[in-house]
Amino acid sequence: MELLLSASVGILVAAAIYLMLSRSLLRFLFGLTLISNAANLLIFASGRLTAGAPPLIPEGAYAPVGDVANALPQALVLTAIVIGFGLFAFSLVLAIRAYSELGTLETSNMRLAEPRPDLRPDPSTATSNETSAG
Amino acid sequence: MSWLLTFPLILPFATAVLAYLARKSSAGRWISVAGSLLALVAALALFVTVSDEGVVSAQMGGWDAPYGITLVADMLSAVMVLLTTITGLSVAIYAMGEINPAQEKLGYHSIFQILLGGITGAFLTGDLFNLYVWFEVMLIASFGLLIMGGKPTQIDGAVKYVTLNLIATVMFLSGIGLLYGVTGTLNMADLHDAVLASDRPGLIVILSMFFLIAFGMKAAVFPLFSWLPASYHTPTFAASAIFSALLTKVGVYSLLRTFTLIFTLDPGFTNAVLLWVAVLTMVVGVIGALAQTEIRRILSFQIVSSIGFLILGLAIHSPLAITGAVFYLIHNVIVKANLFLVSGVIARVTGGTDLRLIGGMYRTAPLLSVLFLIPAFALSGFPPLSGFWPKVLLVKASLDQGMWVVAAVALIVSLLTILSLMTLWSEAFWKPHPEAREPSLATLGSDRLALVLPIAALGLLTLLIGVFPQPILEISEQVAAQLLSPDLYLTAVRGVLP
Amino acid sequence: MNSVILNAATRILVPLLLVFSLFMTLRGHNDPGGGFIGGLIGSTAFIFYAIAFSTAEARSALRIEPEQLAIIGLGLALLAGLVSIVFNEALFTGQWLFLGASEGEKGLPISSVLLFDIGVYLVVMGGILALVFALEEEV
Repeated sequence: MELLLSASVGILVAAAIYLMLSRSLLRFLFGLTLISNAANLLIFASGRLTAGAPPLIPEGAYAPVGDVANALPQALVLTAIVIGFGLFAFSLVLAIRAYSELGTLETSNMRLAEPRPDLRPDPSTATSNETSAG
Repeated sequence: MSWLLTFPLILPFATAVLAYLARKSSAGRWISVAGSLLALVAALALFVTVSDEGVVSAQMGGWDAPYGITLVADMLSAVMVLLTTITGLSVAIYAMGEINPAQEKLGYHSIFQILLGGITGAFLTGDLFNLYVWFEVMLIASFGLLIMGGKPTQIDGAVKYVTLNLIATVMFLSGIGLLYGVTGTLNMADLHDAVLASDRPGLIVILSMFFLIAFGMKAAVFPLFSWLPASYHTPTFAASAIFSALLTKVGVYSLLRTFTLIFTLDPGFTNAVLLWVAVLTMVVGVIGALAQTEIRRILSFQIVSSIGFLILGLAIHSPLAITGAVFYLIHNVIVKANLFLVSGVIARVTGGTDLRLIGGMYRTAPLLSVLFLIPAFALSGFPPLSGFWPKVLLVKASLDQGMWVVAAVALIVSLLTILSLMTLWSEAFWKPHPEAREPSLATLGSDRLALVLPIAALGLLTLLIGVFPQPILEISEQVAAQLLSPDLYLTAVRGVLP
Repeated sequence: MNSVILNAATRILVPLLLVFSLFMTLRGHNDPGGGFIGGLIGSTAFIFYAIAFSTAEARSALRIEPEQLAIIGLGLALLAGLVSIVFNEALFTGQWLFLGASEGEKGLPISSVLLFDIGVYLVVMGGILALVFALEEEV
């Protein structure tokens, strides 16, 4: 079973890296989701697998009875999934904003913050960079 | 004892809640300042206790280590928390002058406090997974500050910042997972024992590279730094000041912590990698700075260069070198925050941040120019300012180890740093304004006090450290001693009673 | 989206989801459930509402800004951790009060853990709704 999980981690990472090498921001983000899921699966597999024994304490007992699954990696994965979900949602919103503000999702065309140095800066954009008076 | 550790952590979050509820009035900014002040007091109390009584630790919820979440403060953590609150307070005051009501309404001060809380948490935690969680708290809050205002340049910068930092996050998480698989624990003190007892040392050295890449990316070392100069010049000046002072330093702190406490199996190999990284970071950073014309981009590349000096201390790994690195860390946090704050005032007075478009600062505001010169000279390492002493220590440490080339590189990089900052000086301060527009201090208006006070205070601190380096040197020596022989740290974590 | 079926179903689903989210939150300590899952289920109620009618409608049905909800939740969770200061125990140690407890009867447990769960519920619900509403309004 660990072997199967390891193999799927490998496949996920490979697919993710393929996607992340793309110049499109959207593909990159999909790659990022895949690779963070691969990381989650990796943590889960690292905790060793115990099938069919949830780490629950039966009524009346003070400790789990018999061999139960390792609860710690599950807790870690849950935390990581939650954080990953939040970050992914944020980056999607950011991608949409980037598309509407910059008009492109091609990362090689996103040069607004780092303009070509030989271009003379436009005074209007230079001052707009400054924050308005409070 | 446990309260000493938890107050610096709880206060920013409590402040964040209150500041958010009061965001529609001017009370929000005062709450932020008051909360930062309280946090400074709490951090001072923690620092005094740690330097008097040694390492303190506490268990959340009363669950013992290594099962519960450990909070632990040795000298390094205490110093870092103190620096966080000092810069936090300065920037909170500065933000009163800079942040406009629209941004306040979106919860600027609240997000700022959450960022400070995340940074403090990262410095205080004694658990690797918990460190990941604090990194994420910090990251999400920094996203918020980065895009607040929503200008196209900000969105552009944020895209690079977010995507590259998320890769670092995944690296960190994978490293944690694999390390747990090999050792079966994530408590840092427990990991120290587990790694030494491990029968697969080679695997652990490989795993340490996951952490080197993840933390290195956060710390912006060569060749993983490109997100930093792409984004740090886009947000508000208050935000970029706190970013530049602390976010990369959290990466450096994590490197210092993990590579002195956990990954000590093959120091020859890891230190060689770190040495290359350090030298290249110093050189590439300063060359990048020389090529830029935008003030904050120059300073951003200077951050990268400074990180090189910090990693250099870790790479040489002698007591003297670590002392130097810690001293440099203390000096750099204060100076970097100050330089970014000054750049905000320059932008306000001259109407821009691109050196080709501005000038005439010296004529308008000679006093303010002095306030710029202090951190600028300190950064390049002029005696008797604060940057001089740690550079002496680092150069001496590398000469002691027979690393002539490294010492030479460090000195040349310092020279180039002077060159880059003097270009900044002559362009922004001495050159007349190109549009023949007389820059005017009147643009500062009623925000004058809030903007200049933190700059003056941080400048004074820089001067004091430079003129009286002895106390800081002693603190740095203590930190280095504790890092290199972690027995105190280990017993403090193990010895916590419920 | 303008769909009669979705609109009609939403009217029934929203209260059901909200009640179920409370149920999940309350059973959380000893059984699967808790504030996080409760918050997720609770937020789906409002997300359904936003999809079926409109984000503006959902916002006004929520009555309070989602960001504010999240920050109040953070405050409650923090408060739950601070309760242990009164009893001089480590931060976030659970404090329990069993209302009407007798020999054989456990009574009604009220605890700082429950307060923490409620805080988590609000943080999750507020956070997710803030993101989803932002996404919906952006498109």
